[in-house]
Amino acid sequence: MNFTINGQSVEVEADIRSSLLDLLRNSLGFTGTKKGCDQGACGACTVLVDGERINSCLALAVQYQGRSITTVEGLGSDGNLHPLQQAFVDHDGFQCGYCTPGQLCSAIGMAREIERNIPSVVTADFMAVSVTVDERELRERMSGNLCRCGAYNGIIEAISETLEKMPASTQERARA
Amino acid sequence: MNPFTYERASDTSAAIELAKGNAAARYLGGGTNLVDLMRETVERPEMLVDVTGLPRGIEPRADGGLLIGAAATNTALAADGHVRAHYPLLARAILAGASAQIRNMATVGGNILQRTRCRYFYDTAAACNKRQPGAGCDARDGFNRYHAILGASPACVATHPSDMCVALAALDATVHLDGPAGPRSIALSDLHRLPGDRPDIETELKAGELITAVELPPLLFARRSTYRKVRDRASYAFALVSVAAALDIDDSGVVRDVRLALGGVAHKPWRASAAEAALKGRPAGPESFRAAAEAELAAATGLRDNAFKIELAKRTIVAVLGELTGDDA
Repeated sequence: MNFTINGQSVEVEADIRSSLLDLLRNSLGFTGTKKGCDQGACGACTVLVDGERINSCLALAVQYQGRSITTVEGLGSDGNLHPLQQAFVDHDGFQCGYCTPGQLCSAIGMAREIERNIPSVVTADFMAVSVTVDERELRERMSGNLCRCGAYNGIIEAISETLEKMPASTQERARA
Repeated sequence: MNPFTYERASDTSAAIELAKGNAAARYLGGGTNLVDLMRETVERPEMLVDVTGLPRGIEPRADGGLLIGAAATNTALAADGHVRAHYPLLARAILAGASAQIRNMATVGGNILQRTRCRYFYDTAAACNKRQPGAGCDARDGFNRYHAILGASPACVATHPSDMCVALAALDATVHLDGPAGPRSIALSDLHRLPGDRPDIETELKAGELITAVELPPLLFARRSTYRKVRDRASYAFALVSVAAALDIDDSGVVRDVRLALGGVAHKPWRASAAEAALKGRPAGPESFRAAAEAELAAATGLRDNAFKIELAKRTIVAVLGELTGDDA
């Protein structure tokens, strides 16, 4: 199977039954992406595929051949954090950190959805030309990512600050 | 998970040809339900035919309706400008379902054909007539808070979990199919079956048939429509009860026309025909709304954990119709 992962072309032998999550973690060593529930209920496995956030545990890897996948490893690195990662640190957007890679990828995918004026169920006016970003919108849009430590307030603060500072279209490939 | 072969279909006829005559073949959309069921060994396909490359366009029709390719994602359909303007209940229903990640993956065809989330259906150690005909039903006397209050049978009390389908039922959507015997169409409301004594047969689809598109007829008054979902947490949970409604009121405040459908209450998206009939020609107000809700739920029966949903459904109907008349309850 062939993929582009964090900008690099990758060819890998894999069991046809592999989820994209297991392929990333077990075959390719991208262990930043986490396995929480393995059934689409927690969002810890969230990655970006061609810029859109998905649950990699529900994705059969074979179905995503040829696609461009971004994991948390593609966002930042030690000493060179992504602005959103830095904001999570600044605002205590985690305790144990297990859900954090999924939260980060999800928030970056969400920023693009907001930029494309995709509504959420709490969006009052579907005919508005842009999404009015407030806490209620962010909480609804991030509801696919659970945090068992309950760091939600910090997560929302970190995401709000990053959204205000930088356009969504630059977030996926940004470095601090 | 059982081993399987994987084929990516280039077009509809190729997909049908690949799956033809193979009872162990399954069409694969976004995988958000099928892959999960395969992991639990509830589904054991020997062949997957990936149909995500099939038509996904969302095209307005000359008559004012809309034709939706079955491979369109849930996100694409909810974000579509025509849907937001002309069928807001559909956009809101889709957005009330699952999470953004799952809506980005899930297709319209797959959403329609998703299986119940009854936990006894998922648990291969439990008795389930849907998973294993004749095995019995552990839900009937088990944890059945999320189960059916309308149209259930001794064999099965499961509910259909889709939000999108509730709006499609209210909108009189038509589902276009293709298969080994050629194309045909069926009303969304006729596609899903009540469980009866064969809860394992969930739809009227014939062997090898594939959903190719969903068509919405024009409905001018659907501009005044919405979807409300009542659930155990504010987001990312299945419905206890949901209501899709569109309301047309004349200048004297009388209901000229109405569309009403319920989710979370039955084995299929539940078109509330009795309530609609009770509302037409009546003043658009709380008394008429309550009477209509009573008419629709007259045949409802509760189980150990879900009897509260009968009153909840009535109150939600009244509240949603009130919201559409400007009474923001």
